Amino acid sequence: MTDTSVYTFGLDTFGDRNADASGTPLSHAQTIRNVVEEGVFAEQAGVDFFGIGEHHTDYFPMPAGDVALAAIAARTSRIRLGSAVTVLSSDDPVRVFQRYSTLNAISSGRAEVILGRGSSIESFPLFGYDLADYEKLFDEKATLFAELLKGGPVTWEGKTRPALLNQDVVPHSESGPIPTWIGVGGNPESVIRAARLGFGLALAIIGGNPARFAPYSELFRRALEKFGRGPLPVLMHAPGHVAATDEQAKAEFWPRYRDIFTLVAAERGFANPTGDRFEWESGPDGALFVGSPETVARKIASNLRALGATRFDLKYGMPGMTHDSLLTGIELYGREVIPRVRELLATEAAAV
Amino acid sequence: MEARQWQDRYPDGQRGRLGILGAGHIGPVVARLALGAGYPVDIAASGDPEDIALITELIVPGARPRWASDAAADADIVVLAMPLHRFLDVDPGLLSGKLVVDAMNYWPASDGRLPLFEDPVSEDPVSEDGAFEDGTGASSSEIVARRLAGSRVVKALNHIGYHELEDQARPAGAKDRKAAGVAGDDPGAVEAIARLVDQIGYDPARVGGLAAGRILQPGGPVFGVTLNLPEFERVVQEHARSLT
Repeated sequence: MTDTSVYTFGLDTFGDRNADASGTPLSHAQTIRNVVEEGVFAEQAGVDFFGIGEHHTDYFPMPAGDVALAAIAARTSRIRLGSAVTVLSSDDPVRVFQRYSTLNAISSGRAEVILGRGSSIESFPLFGYDLADYEKLFDEKATLFAELLKGGPVTWEGKTRPALLNQDVVPHSESGPIPTWIGVGGNPESVIRAARLGFGLALAIIGGNPARFAPYSELFRRALEKFGRGPLPVLMHAPGHVAATDEQAKAEFWPRYRDIFTLVAAERGFANPTGDRFEWESGPDGALFVGSPETVARKIASNLRALGATRFDLKYGMPGMTHDSLLTGIELYGREVIPRVRELLATEAAAV
Repeated sequence: MEARQWQDRYPDGQRGRLGILGAGHIGPVVARLALGAGYPVDIAASGDPEDIALITELIVPGARPRWASDAAADADIVVLAMPLHRFLDVDPGLLSGKLVVDAMNYWPASDGRLPLFEDPVSEDPVSEDGAFEDGTGASSSEIVARRLAGSRVVKALNHIGYHELEDQARPAGAKDRKAAGVAGDDPGAVEAIARLVDQIGYDPARVGGLAAGRILQPGGPVFGVTLNLPEFERVVQEHARSLT
């Protein structure tokens, strides 16, 4: 058997607003308390990482995920905790560094950060940024964030925030730089940026065949070499839901997926999701990890192998699902999917 | 690439050089499909080709990384595949006399607002059959075409998501082949791009002039969906009826 300890497995949430069994939405506050319970439970179920993505909407009421992560940190001892993602462009890199350094202190070195945009755009008008400046904001702020992670006094000048002159930014880390990733949704120029700054590559895959990203992993590896850096890991993030059977998982997930994508389609001007497309995305070649533990485990194993990735983060659930079905999904993911993926990867490696 | 085997319907002489401006989301996808269909392809980002040499080698093998000005100068067909706000930095003179595919979208909900594209008055708000007069302003491609007065502009390859464009490409005649819309005011230009669309794996759906191209835009009835040709035509007709 091959050592599969190199692989790690996470869960991500956007603070998807829960509903009760009758479909009535729970309050934002109750949803946030449920997310904290889910994070604590994820550790008990054997999950390696719990991530919270920044969103600012009624159906993803989670603008301050680091606060929820701190609550989880206080009640756990092993699980790693991070953002998934932090919308750095509309934030201050110094404050992001301070918040996650504080989380790192509370959790005794378990904090991580994934920088990116995700599908979250609401923060731009909220904080007075222009979406058209997205790239410039991200590039400059990610560069400053990389400087802050080094830990010493920082001297920096740019156009998107006031300059820093030999500035000591606290709290200092006692465990080295916080592991940081850049979330990439398909733009190869973002892969190069991650390599240039020395961040891990987080491939956020929400549609289409994930295996098409395999050349991105190679691009990342080659770009790291070009920039004179050592190897850094590749993470795959994708949405889904685990239940006892494929049928049950789809029955719980699809109506809520349909509802939220119908809403987003109307907001952003694209066509409504179709059942046919959902079936394809849930099948062996698609990007949705919805099904029984065996179905989801096989799909994760084949995709990790195809992408040369060592970490998989499942963005579990959808707005409108119940806390109970999410907890069941977390339990199945931790107790059945993760061990089964390790087994599949070890068997495959041994068979080679 | 498997695309090669389905593209024997046109003589090689009809596959001119593509110059793709944009190495982000959609540019490399169009480049790969075009290479698979036998087109020679140059690709450019906003800066030095050296910056995209690795991307080209690994993500678009077979294409040449170029400066944008060189890619445009040598191209028979230029594909605009950059974010729309970056288009405003392009010198229209570079594209003068060229056949230009506008694969960009004005998508304020995703990319922010651009005053130029908020133009409330279309110079040509009615397509030939009047079907698409819906009281809104110019289509984004009409505004692009106004800036590129010396070019022949065709709107295409903008309405199928970049992550689906490759997965859904099929050889001509495949029963699960999908349609991709083409809109333009110059019939010869439209035919050339319809041929490109066909060769890279889609049934071309000619929807009318650039004004009619708004049905391919965000908010239009076929944006973000992949339909076969009869479905596509039905949806377009239903949309036209809903506006009258």
